[in-house]
Amino acid sequence: MKKLNLLFALVALAALVVVPNFLKNYGIHMFTTWLVFIIATMGLNLTVGYAGQKSLGHAAFFGIGAYTVAIFLKAGLSFWLGLPVAALFCFVVGLALGFPALRVQTIYLAFATLGFNTALWLVMRNEEWLTGGTFGINNIARPSLGGISFDGNLAYYYLVLGFTIVLALLLWGLLRSPWGKAFTALRDNAIRAESLGIDTRSYTLLSFAIGAVYAGVAGGLYASQVQFIDPALFTVGASIMMYLMVVVGGPGYFLGPVLGSAVGVVLPEWLRFAQAWYLFVFGAAVVVLMIWLPDGLLSIPDRIKARRQSRAASAARAAAGKGVKA
Amino acid sequence: MTDFLQLFFSGLATGSIYALVALGFTLLWQASGTINFAQGEFVMLPAFMMVMLLGSGLSLYFAFALTIVLSVVILGWLFKRGLVDPLFKYGMMPIVVATIGLSIAMRNGVRAGYSAEPQPFPQVFPDVIFDVMGVTFSAGDVGTFVFAMVLVLVTQAFLNKTVTGRAMQAVAQNTESASVLGINVPRMIFYTFAINAILAAAAALLVTPTYLAKFDMGEGLGTKAFFAAIIGGFTNSRGALVGGLLVGVSENLAAAYISAAYKDAVALVIFMVVILFKPQGLLGKKEERKV
Repeated sequence: MKKLNLLFALVALAALVVVPNFLKNYGIHMFTTWLVFIIATMGLNLTVGYAGQKSLGHAAFFGIGAYTVAIFLKAGLSFWLGLPVAALFCFVVGLALGFPALRVQTIYLAFATLGFNTALWLVMRNEEWLTGGTFGINNIARPSLGGISFDGNLAYYYLVLGFTIVLALLLWGLLRSPWGKAFTALRDNAIRAESLGIDTRSYTLLSFAIGAVYAGVAGGLYASQVQFIDPALFTVGASIMMYLMVVVGGPGYFLGPVLGSAVGVVLPEWLRFAQAWYLFVFGAAVVVLMIWLPDGLLSIPDRIKARRQSRAASAARAAAGKGVKA
Repeated sequence: MTDFLQLFFSGLATGSIYALVALGFTLLWQASGTINFAQGEFVMLPAFMMVMLLGSGLSLYFAFALTIVLSVVILGWLFKRGLVDPLFKYGMMPIVVATIGLSIAMRNGVRAGYSAEPQPFPQVFPDVIFDVMGVTFSAGDVGTFVFAMVLVLVTQAFLNKTVTGRAMQAVAQNTESASVLGINVPRMIFYTFAINAILAAAAALLVTPTYLAKFDMGEGLGTKAFFAAIIGGFTNSRGALVGGLLVGVSENLAAAYISAAYKDAVALVIFMVVILFKPQGLLGKKEERKV
């Protein structure tokens, strides 16, 4: 399984480097969007899949990141200053929001984040002096670094790809460290983890805040990619889409967000035939998927393995039974 | 002062509708551990059922009666059998996700299949305004408040005074002992789903004359009902009432005296303050964690 994962990751990476060269602008745009959502949902996967917290306000952090970078660029400041500030800002807000919510029950975080998303959306819409209100912010610049300009779509794509790889490796390292093991331990059994001396509250809080940072970085990259942002991009509906991307891909699987974001970005294109019924079909598909595969698409290999093992075990039992009779 | 009283009373009317929806939500949570993210849509759908039945020429009275029956079958029985039962053994997360999917499907199914435009709805209460010492009340607000209060109190009396109601509470507190005592657990859980559907249909009757029947009318309502339930206390069915009224009144006052643009954030602010200082809710008792 490990080897297969690594092989899959390498093939996917090679495809990500090569394929966009042959694509037109629209294709590059789709690929860049996919990567942006991979970054955002990697963070959400840490919160939801590894630490077992239900966060339904990820688009709020995505929005904080996007608006911070956009406002910085509009003020004539550097993208390379805006992005770290956005990340730090998301971390602090994540701590402030998660602290009260996580003191109680995990499900409270779902409501706190949901409400926070609505509140932030109101701020984006109402505070015109800062956010441009419903008109949003347009003509957001693309960055350059040390003489290399990322103005072109393909160049910007490679910049986002670079960010995706670095952030994925950081997450990978985090999950392999004792810290990461603690996240998984508290998801699987919070009380047992606590009795083993893990401070569950600060770990869940950290997982939530780090998840928020990933969303913020993704949002900052997104602002420069699309060059126009308005509050409609960061609604509760957008948060729910991100949550569903994680769930569909398979929460707690490292590559889950890669698959989930692909589904989330490409599915609207596939479902275009349904026109007005598109979101109805989508919602119904989510219900059916949950009933059929409650652990997401990446649980299919595990399921097949479990079934094969149980079949092998029952065959062995049958054989043993015969042996006894004879 | 008269302004304040007027805002206060119309807030009570809105709050009593939140309380109805929050009560159903609390009951579902207690009896089956189901967090229903489609709770707002459970109010929207009966509203459209009534619009359709009214359109076919029925009187409001019959349309409402028939809607209750339909709601119990679709939002009670079908919802439980089709979605909650198969997912129950996988824990909370798949149910949360599936009800989110359900809410998207319901909202957009109504939008695509019926109409995206708000549908007019007849006034339930006569269009009369009372004047008491300079404070004006509309019959709609008074009627809404009284009708919702009666429903909440009847539901509570049913839970506390009847054998069936007490059996339902026993199931909510400890499913295993309840079943050892000979209580038909699945049936009691179904009753909870049925009561939730009835409360939702009643909320639809009360909220639609003011807010009109629209496919996305449940969006804000569901979230506020969640907040109301937690503010009042999840473990106490009276909590939904207190939480609902508190949210309704504060919202109205905040919209008038602080900022109308941030009205929808009021419930969140109260929720955050409450869970910071009294995490079990205003009326809730502290629950021991089960290992």
